[in-house]
This record gives sequence, C-alpha cells and structure tokens, in this order.
Amino acid sequence: MIEVRNLTKYFGDLKAVDDISFSVQRGEVLGFLGPNAAGKTTTMRILTGFMPASEGTASVAGYDVFENGIEVKRRVGYLPENPPLYRDMTVTEYLRFAAQVKGVAHRALAAETERVIERVSIGDVRHKFIDKLSKGYKQRVGLAQALLNNPPVLVFDEPTVGLDPKQIIEVRELIRSLGEDHTVILSTHILPEVSMTCSRVVIINAGRLVAVDTPANLTARLKGSETIVVEVAGAPEEIRGKIMKMEDVLSLSLHTDAGVMHCRIESKVNTDIRGRLAALIVNGGWELRELRREALSLEDVFLKLTTREEELD
Amino acid sequence: MGNVWAVCKRDIRGYFASPIAYVIIGLFLMVAGIFFYLLLSSFMQYAYASMMNRQGAPLNINLMMIRPFLLNLSVIILFIIPVITMRSFAEEKKAGTMEFLLTVPLTNRQIILGKFLASYFLYVVMILATFLFMLFLFLWGDPELAPVLIGYLGLLLLGAALVAMGNFISSLTENQVVAAVGTFAATMSLWIIGAAGDLGGKVLQGILKYLSIIDHFEDFSGGVFDTNHLSFYLSMTFVLLFLTYQSVESSRWRGR
Repeated sequence: MIEVRNLTKYFGDLKAVDDISFSVQRGEVLGFLGPNAAGKTTTMRILTGFMPASEGTASVAGYDVFENGIEVKRRVGYLPENPPLYRDMTVTEYLRFAAQVKGVAHRALAAETERVIERVSIGDVRHKFIDKLSKGYKQRVGLAQALLNNPPVLVFDEPTVGLDPKQIIEVRELIRSLGEDHTVILSTHILPEVSMTCSRVVIINAGRLVAVDTPANLTARLKGSETIVVEVAGAPEEIRGKIMKMEDVLSLSLHTDAGVMHCRIESKVNTDIRGRLAALIVNGGWELRELRREALSLEDVFLKLTTREEELD
Repeated sequence: MGNVWAVCKRDIRGYFASPIAYVIIGLFLMVAGIFFYLLLSSFMQYAYASMMNRQGAPLNINLMMIRPFLLNLSVIILFIIPVITMRSFAEEKKAGTMEFLLTVPLTNRQIILGKFLASYFLYVVMILATFLFMLFLFLWGDPELAPVLIGYLGLLLLGAALVAMGNFISSLTENQVVAAVGTFAATMSLWIIGAAGDLGGKVLQGILKYLSIIDHFEDFSGGVFDTNHLSFYLSMTFVLLFLTYQSVESSRWRGR
C-alpha cells in the first residue's frame, strides 16, 4: 500500500531524513518510533504530499506522492501533530468544509459528516465552536477530519499527545479498530503505545532507519541476557561470591541499603536460575524479599537501538 | 471550481465570524463618510457663492465633488487593505491549517484563488457600500452616471491589485502584524513612487510613474476609461497571484 524508497530530505544543510526505505502492507498498523526530531514528522509530511522529498521516492496505493500528489491526497487521511482546526467554526461546519474539499459529493455531505462524528464520538459537541473545545475533543475532531471520505490510508502524527489517560486509551482503541479496515501509520515517542496498537515498528533516529520489525521480534532480537532482580535481607557480603559461582550467571551488580541487599543478576539467554537462586538464599538462612525476572521492554529496545546509533556517530 | 468556492466561502465565514469584517467596513465607511461630508459642504459653499454671484457656468458636481471623493477613497483603501488581507495566509500558517489545505486534494491554484476571492469579496462589499453616499447625490442632484460607474470600476480594479499584493505578502509570513505592516509599506511605496519619479531623469520618471499604482486611477476617477490602465491593474493582479503561487510552493519545499 505504501512504498518508501531511499527517501532523503534536506532542510538547508541539515539532513532531516537520511535514505529511509520501508513498505507497509494493506491493513497493517505501522508504528513510527523515534526520539523527538528524529525525522518522523518529516517522513509523514512527505508521504501525505505536504512537502516533496529531496531524493528518493514514495508512493501510496501505486501513486507517486510527487508526480501524482492529488491522487495520493484523495487516498490519505492525515492528522498532523497539531490538529489543523479552524477555531472560528463549529465542529459540524468544519467537518462539512473538510468533507467538501476532500471531494465528498454534495448530497452525501451531511451523512458523511455524521458518520465520522459518530465514529469518534463527538456528537455532544457538534454545534460548539472548536475554539471552546478541550484538548481531547480537539484531537478527536482532528481524527474525525482524517476519516472523512473513508481514505484507505491513515497517517497520524503523535495522536495521543496531550491527552489524559482515559482519552489516550479511547484513542488507542479507536486506532486499533481503524486498523481492521485501513492501513495506518502512526508516529509516537511513547513506547507502550506501539506495542499496544501496532503490528510492525519502524524505529528511526537522527533521520536514519534503525530497525523495522514486529514489536515481539525486536525485543527478542536484542535480548543479550536475562535479568533477575533479587532483594535479600540479612545476608553477608560473601553472598556475592556464592551467586557468581552459580552456573549460567554472567555478572552481578549489588548495593546494600539499610541491611537490605539489592542485586541485579545477568544470566545466559534462555536459562532460568530463579529456582536455584531461591534455594541458595533460603538454605543460607537469609530472608528473601523479592525475586523476579525483568522482561526487556520495548523501551530498552528503543534505548539500545538509538544509543547504539549515537555511539556510532 | 467547487473547491475554489469552498475555500472562498470558508474564508468569508472567517471574516464575518470574527469582528474583523464589521470593524473594517465600519471604520472605512466612517472615514469615507467624513470625507464625503467635508467635500459636499465645501461644494455646497461654492455652489451657493456662485449662485449669489450669478456668474459663469453651473458647477460640475462630477468634477468638483465626485472625483475628489473617489481619489480620497483610493487613498483610504491603501490603509484598509493591509488589514483585510493580513490574515489570509499568515493565520493559516500559524494555526497549522495550511498543512490541512496542502494535504487535502486541493491544488495550490484553487487555494490561492479561493483566498483571493474571499479577501476581494470583503473589499467589494466595502466599496459598494459607499455607493450609498452617491445615491444621495443622485436623489438631490444631477450628476452624470457614466463617469461615476467608471470611477467605481477603477476602484474595483485598483482593489484587485492591492488585495493580490496583500495576499502575497501574507503568504510570506506567519505573523499577521508583519503581513499588515509589510503590505502597508508596499502599497505606500507604490503610491509615492510616482512623486519620487519627478526627481529623476525622463526615462526613470516614466518607469516610476507607470508603476505608481494610484496614478493609474486618476483617469478612472475623472470618468475616463483607458485600456492601458485596465491592463496595468489586471497584469499587476495576475503577477501578484503568480508570486503568491511561488511563495506557497516554496514554503512547501522549506516545510513551513
């Protein structure tokens, strides 16, 4: 549905996007992940035909975004980072205008406007001026605008920024349900959002593509070791040596705080030392306060990937 | 065409949803009314004096009253048009709605034309409102109609060029105040450029006089229709719309 080939964008001397290639299949929800100023918005703006690329090509539904911008724009619903709203219009007036310029037939205007109002549940504010709406409602009006004329591709730039936790959950639910019959690209720097809503992730940093994969694969791929966290009370210093002597243990870091010892133990991948570790502590007569395995979160993956990039620079 | 109309209607709604349109029209009519009153009372004095003296031909209201009034209007609009056009693109850029307009299936041409027509609509409403003043002259006097109509045609043409200029300058910035002041500076320079021409040689004088936007209006105000002036205003409008197109295109490349 979306093909991006060797996309590069310069702003003056600054290379905002550097040779990015990826593709998105029909019905996929692709997460665009990266720190601020990584080039997410620029890539999205190129895909939506807002700005041309300096080098490389991008196409949506077979139409080149540069050569055939109007055809692409007909097929893409776009919610920029700041929802593009006319504050001096009411919600219904605005959506009617947006529907009109998106090519909805005159007869269908009312029905189409009503459909998107229902879809993002903003019926209770439909006659209010946009200026008077809360941030959450504004965001949803922006989403409604993107859904007008039912485009096959949806591009959302940080759709949950500035919302309260309840609204964030609602918007994520909405995006997930949209993913059933649309191709969605979604940018964010909030990591749990990606694992919750996306089927595939593109991580970019400093304009360059760092990784493209499913959230699960990314996590697995980058896992170099298992991490076990232990808290023990009343143990002497010699416990360090005992743990280090255990099979599969790679390294250990430890600090003592008011008689309680906090350990982080790295062990070999696909081993589980928790049972043996518990036995060691209990048999030693010490008090086991906590013992858990730390899962490598997407956050760690992200940090690993993006910091590694920086080290290379 | 439907798209041009949609963009135009949105902008007109924007003018009238805020106090802007009412303030602009009200202010303009007030200033125009004051000039009208002053010109009319001095004309009345002349007429009264000439009646008392019973000498010479009857006074020509077209030449002594209407022409100076139209010339006054042409100067007042130099101050008003920057306020009309300042928001057209600057406000959209600031509010982020420019990104909306440029990512929906609208061509740049449709956006620019729609916005121009909206600003121009407000200008035309404003100018036609002063026709009300003329109505009094026709009710109680006996002016010639044709020169008045030609004078108004001139105002509409002059306005088209100035509105296009304002739109263009508004497209260069996202700050409305900068847009207004910039437009004002530009229209003022095109006004006084004719006078500056007197200092230079013959060729320079010719060029500067030709560029002087108000000089072309003088014939119109006297009821003289000259296709030279018509083509000046039309080509000026066209060139400025073209520059606006370039400006919108280039701001896409720069991503602003």
